[in-house]
Amino acid sequence: MSAMTWAGSIFDTAGSQAERIARLAWFIITVSTIVYVLVLAATALAVRRARARTARGDLADQAPETERRLTRHVLIATGVSTILLLVYVTVTAQTGRAIAWPMNSTQQPLTVEVTGHQWWWEFRYRDSVPSNWLSTSNELHIPVGRPVRVILLSNDVIHSFWVPELHGKQDAIPGHRNTTWLQADRPGVWKARCAEFCGYQHAKMAFDVVAESPARFNQWYVSQLASASPPTDTSAKRGQDVFVQRTCVMCHTISGTPAGSRVGPELSHLATRPSIAAGSLPNTRENLSRWILNPQLIKPGVHMPPNPLPPSEMNALLDYLETLK
Amino acid sequence: MTAQPVPAESAPRDVADESVHARLERVWANKPGLWGWITSVNHKSIALRSIITAFAFFALAGVEAALIRVQLARPENSLIGPDRYNQLFTVHGSTMMFLFAVPVVQSVALYLVPMMIGTRNVAFPRLNAFGYWTYLIGGVLLYVGLFTNTGPDQGWFSYPPLAGPEFSPGKRVDIWAQMITFTEIAAIVAAIEIIATVFKQRAPGMSLNRVPLFVWAMVIMSFMVLVAMPFVATASMMLAMDRLIATQFFNPAEGGDALLWQHLFWFFAHPEVYIIFIPALGMVSSIVATFSRRPVFGYTAMVLSMVSVAFLSFGLWVHHMFATPLPQTGQSFFTAASAMIAIPTGVQIFCWIATIWAGRPRFTTPMLFVVGFIALFTIGGLSGLMIAAVPVDLQLTDTFFLPGHIHYVLLGGMVFPLLGGVFYWFPKITGRMLSESLGKLSFWLLFVGVNLTFFPQLLLGMAGMPRRIYTYSADTGWGPLNMTSSVGAALLALGIIVLVVNIARALASEPNAGADPWGGETLEWAMSSPAPDYNFAYIPIVHGRSALWADTGPLEAVSGLREDRREVLETTMLDAEPDARHEHPDPTITPLLAAIAVGITLIWGIFDPIAFAVGGGLSFFALVAWGWPRREKPNTREIVETPQ
Repeated sequence: MSAMTWAGSIFDTAGSQAERIARLAWFIITVSTIVYVLVLAATALAVRRARARTARGDLADQAPETERRLTRHVLIATGVSTILLLVYVTVTAQTGRAIAWPMNSTQQPLTVEVTGHQWWWEFRYRDSVPSNWLSTSNELHIPVGRPVRVILLSNDVIHSFWVPELHGKQDAIPGHRNTTWLQADRPGVWKARCAEFCGYQHAKMAFDVVAESPARFNQWYVSQLASASPPTDTSAKRGQDVFVQRTCVMCHTISGTPAGSRVGPELSHLATRPSIAAGSLPNTRENLSRWILNPQLIKPGVHMPPNPLPPSEMNALLDYLETLK
Repeated sequence: MTAQPVPAESAPRDVADESVHARLERVWANKPGLWGWITSVNHKSIALRSIITAFAFFALAGVEAALIRVQLARPENSLIGPDRYNQLFTVHGSTMMFLFAVPVVQSVALYLVPMMIGTRNVAFPRLNAFGYWTYLIGGVLLYVGLFTNTGPDQGWFSYPPLAGPEFSPGKRVDIWAQMITFTEIAAIVAAIEIIATVFKQRAPGMSLNRVPLFVWAMVIMSFMVLVAMPFVATASMMLAMDRLIATQFFNPAEGGDALLWQHLFWFFAHPEVYIIFIPALGMVSSIVATFSRRPVFGYTAMVLSMVSVAFLSFGLWVHHMFATPLPQTGQSFFTAASAMIAIPTGVQIFCWIATIWAGRPRFTTPMLFVVGFIALFTIGGLSGLMIAAVPVDLQLTDTFFLPGHIHYVLLGGMVFPLLGGVFYWFPKITGRMLSESLGKLSFWLLFVGVNLTFFPQLLLGMAGMPRRIYTYSADTGWGPLNMTSSVGAALLALGIIVLVVNIARALASEPNAGADPWGGETLEWAMSSPAPDYNFAYIPIVHGRSALWADTGPLEAVSGLREDRREVLETTMLDAEPDARHEHPDPTITPLLAAIAVGITLIWGIFDPIAFAVGGGLSFFALVAWGWPRREKPNTREIVETPQ
């Protein structure tokens, strides 16, 4: 079915957990379809038989032998249903066990703390060496073939973390520390969305998932650990001044600058990200400009205020943001 | 009873002469005019206005759904912003569940159950009136909120902390929480009335094993209401207190727990689906029996199936919370419970098919709706197996698969039987027949409409579209399926419009139905249509499960109830032996006063806790007036069974 290979569907799998789930889903769909056809066929047969009797002018059938025959048929149908349901429960439990952990992996897991915010995602990579801890926003990179332990947190409302290509959802609930496991078995770039209704901009709370080879992942990791490179040309320098003197600094972090607030997404390497505004827009100069000027037009209700910067300041700011590789 | 010629099928099957009818009419009629309307304690007047109110809310919620579908028809549609969209889907869901589905099935029960079991009114008639008024106030409150842009916007499930004071400031959620309180009061008192009526007021001879399946369904539903509703009433009160007086039940920052709400809410809200669905099963049984011209196959199996569905439905709530998450063993338990409930549900479907098989069916509109019910509800049930399986649920929960599934279940499993019931009982309620050809047109529009609207939603869920999003980008590829779904919604609207036209045409025509146009099985067809205020001039004596098919001609009856005051016959609980005569109250304004007192308390309470002190006082006076003793009329007659 063409719909079923749609990018982003639960059948477009990139990991063993999603794969097992897709297989279970197909099994249930197949058996359900057969059962459905049988129920409709039984109804159609009943109607045909009864119509024939009506045509003959017979009365409704309440003879004891008919009642006995019907009892037998209803019992058989119930028995078959029960057996099918037992199979269903067993297969479901087996799949449930199988997907709790990514299988066949001896590698040391990667640990990522994921915090859902209204309406963006924060990712903190944990490492045994604290100086290797990495914080990023709205973009999750993972190495192919290595299990990832995802710890889910929230400080505001309930969100739900969902990468359909890899695994089912897990909720991020304030006051709870939930854990789920992922493992990508092939490289890919996917859009992941918040699945639990979380207020005005639940619709625009996505993030990009990039599964890549361990070598490329390490390269990315090292580059992200580095402080943002200081601007060199004059316009970008002026842009940095705009950033730290205007409202931007009150919510955002850019490493290596005085901007260190944790209210909004961290922006140290903004220019490397494919999208802005939690997966709402492609990361282009024009979109950035629109977004900064009035985020309320793009994501009504978002916690970022409008920033009516004069064009010269805006240009300088955009020049600066584009240097944040 | 003197021998009389067998009356034509369409004449009332009682032996009372005109003077008896006239005397009873004098005693049982509502008072004239508006005063009569607001003081009525007649079960049919109240239930009918409640059914009409419920359908009005159904239409409003339908309009909200239509707006939602218009917004989602195209990607990046800018017609409705997130604020309004969130209000629309919240009010749509809350209206359908709390202001339409539960009230309408309970009202149908309150209309028909007394007629089916052979009594003159429901037990506790004033409570019945009180229940209607509280329901009406709660519903109006919600819509005043919506129309003043203060409609709840946190989802019909109101998860804290989103619904808590910090993330939903303002009065939107408070309006929702109080609306819940109003409707739960109404639902609980209705359940009490139904149970008491069926247990104490059945016609002589209608022992428990002869109670019609419809009545069984309503009794079972009522017991479920009594167990489930207190949970949501408690939860909504706790939420309101968190918001109004800063209790911290659901606030994790102060030692509360956000998940506590979800357990309380789903412990109610899962059975809620069956509270809606089981009465529909009762309607299906009535329709199948009458139009197959034989009793439903497997009476005992049917009753036990409904009872087991009721019990099992309380063991499923966690399957709404698989992603929160839960340990593996616990998950398996709830998957197994979810699978188990499919067995008694299957048994009932098999029994109806068997009934048709052995029957002599007429494919009138009600029967078409039953066949449509089997075809649609089975899709709902089978898609339910997808999300009862924990692993698949983790992928599909909170996607569009869920609205697809629940609408197959509720439209197929509840609205279709209910509409079948509208066509079936309309002649009894109004004395007029609905047009069969328009009825069949409605049926096909709705049947195609449901599939066109909700099958694409099942696919969208599997394609990864989350639910409760007000917009989506074009590159998701979800556009075409959403457009299909919206076109289907237009067909649904058309089907409902044809139904409204059909009803309007019928109401404009002359009464033509007669007492029993379908050749019905149960006692409501024994009296003239529309039924008199007192239902039965003489309480009939029941000789079998199919009260009207057990014998032809006038029914054997009990006499001896007084005709100069409102008297009903009470019978014993198991065997329905005559037990006592009970005087019912005359029309009174006190239920309305009590409802107004409760209304003032709860609505004012949204703004200021002092309302509970003042309202408590007001309610006290209303209840004193309600309970003020009346002068006894002297007892003059003894119960006698008429000699055969």
